[in-house]
Amino acid sequence: MSKDTEDHTVGMEQFETLPRRILTVYLPLAVFVFVLLFPFYWMAITAVKPNYQLTDYDNYSPFWVVGATLEHVKYLLFETSYPGWLWNTMIVAVASTFISLAASVFAAYAIERLRFTGARITGLLIFLAYLVPPSILFIPLAFIVFQVGIFDSKLALILTYPTFLIPFCTWLLMGYFRSIPYELEESALVDGATRWQILTKVVLPLAVPGLISAGIFAFTLSWNEFIYALTFISSSENKTIPVGVLTELVRGDIYEWGALMSGALLGSLPVVILYSFFVDYYVSSMTGAVKE
Amino acid sequence: MAMTDRPQDEAEPRGGIWSRFIESRNGLGFLFMLPAAVFLLCFLTYPLGLGVWLGFTDTKIGRPGIFVGLENYAWLFDDPVFWLSVFNTMVYTFVASVLKFGLGLWLALLLNRHLPAKNFFRAIILLPWVVPTVLSALAFWWIFDSQFSIISWVLMKWGLIDAPINFLGDPWNARWSVIAANVWRGIPFVAISLLAGLQTIPQSLNEAAAIDGATPWQRFTKVTLPLLTPIIAVVMTFSVLFTFTDFQLIYVLTRGGPVNATHLMATLSFQRAIPGGQLGEGAAIAVAMIPFLLAAILFSFFGLQRRKWQQGGSD
Repeated sequence: MSKDTEDHTVGMEQFETLPRRILTVYLPLAVFVFVLLFPFYWMAITAVKPNYQLTDYDNYSPFWVVGATLEHVKYLLFETSYPGWLWNTMIVAVASTFISLAASVFAAYAIERLRFTGARITGLLIFLAYLVPPSILFIPLAFIVFQVGIFDSKLALILTYPTFLIPFCTWLLMGYFRSIPYELEESALVDGATRWQILTKVVLPLAVPGLISAGIFAFTLSWNEFIYALTFISSSENKTIPVGVLTELVRGDIYEWGALMSGALLGSLPVVILYSFFVDYYVSSMTGAVKE
Repeated sequence: MAMTDRPQDEAEPRGGIWSRFIESRNGLGFLFMLPAAVFLLCFLTYPLGLGVWLGFTDTKIGRPGIFVGLENYAWLFDDPVFWLSVFNTMVYTFVASVLKFGLGLWLALLLNRHLPAKNFFRAIILLPWVVPTVLSALAFWWIFDSQFSIISWVLMKWGLIDAPINFLGDPWNARWSVIAANVWRGIPFVAISLLAGLQTIPQSLNEAAAIDGATPWQRFTKVTLPLLTPIIAVVMTFSVLFTFTDFQLIYVLTRGGPVNATHLMATLSFQRAIPGGQLGEGAAIAVAMIPFLLAAILFSFFGLQRRKWQQGGSD
């Protein structure tokens, strides 16, 4: 995690005085970090606040909690369909990630290394496909999903999520495959390996970091997806976390902020945990998609 | 040396149409492209075309439509709510993108300094972008609550205001609030991407400029910014694209209210098509986004790319 701190900026900063540095660097940075993290703190503190403290700002400081409680979490886990939504989201995210990765590995290898006729155009089309936003596709997709007869099923999501995952993963993997020296493949070819052997024994082992990047990124994108899940799913037991929390936990005029915030917190945890283990892969996949 | 452990039968010439197909570049390429192509053709290209077609029909949920020509578009043209949503989308995209760019670049420059625990900062700053938007938007919903907003409470405590701010109930307040939430979510992406770009600029250029007597501001505008322009163009194109087609934040925070003041084209399209049942009209709104989208992409992409030769690069 700390190997890329080859610092280019040390050069002139030694001339800066400490007070000036505090004012121009640390103070703005502290404000940024505070603003970016405060909503999470607010989410977390609300999730463990007993109901009588939630809106009573006069007697209890809103920024702290006395006698934290797990009643909201208990309510979520035992009196709502929340565990089911977690499970659905997990299945959909894992399945669509897996499908997309498999399809993308072949596509990226074909475009980048087999160099079939029209490979460049195909690569460009894949990139353009990445730019097509879900908000203009969901209506016709809903129409198709309905006609195929998979409306209100997890399959509808598993089959439609790859539309935004495959272009992204393919684009990312193309970059990784490009960085693998041709010579390795050539010598394997000379040794009589088939294309399949080259792909599975030479290229894929070298592209593992790329596969991890694409995989966790795709998983996060599927976990966070909202508009398709909102449109294609109608029954409570098939909902995913974002849709379930929003459509089932928000009822009438009395908002149960404690339950809502613990739902949001619990639903974020899986991706945050995954993220915390693979920060560098996230950064490289995000910047990798941009840098090409 | 690897030659010796090559199986003998591999050397035999292979016959048959199938195996020759497999061995050829184009044959194997076709085969390898097949899974991705099938997915993208069935669930991306086909729906895209179908969406354009639906826009010319009066399809409703549960009832197949007939071709009505430009009727949907003529109807939208006279619909003030549609034009309000176009206006909102423009304001939302423009203001949010400018703020994301300015603040994101600032944050990237701060992170590019010599800092203790730099990687830790970089990691926590990306959090807003990793967490599901709908869930963080719920936190903003609670922060923007009309009675118990923590922002109102703090401002009242400091004596700056007398009554809680009605964040999401007043048209312009609501617009600023959703923009703020969008900027909050978008800054990490812009900052971390630009940081990656900044790290590729050799420090020697800055040092040379400093020795020649350039002020920090001159070094920033004459050295750093021109070198960063290509990556800015790409990052902002993505940012504009995702802001223009945003749906989740609005849907959670306001559902387009109050009185359509925050309806974006995407949310209006959903509103008309799914709860309203007018698939044809919703599809027409979605299709109407495409020219705006292309214009926004072209503007941010070429508008920024052009700077390369304006600032003395090769052309």
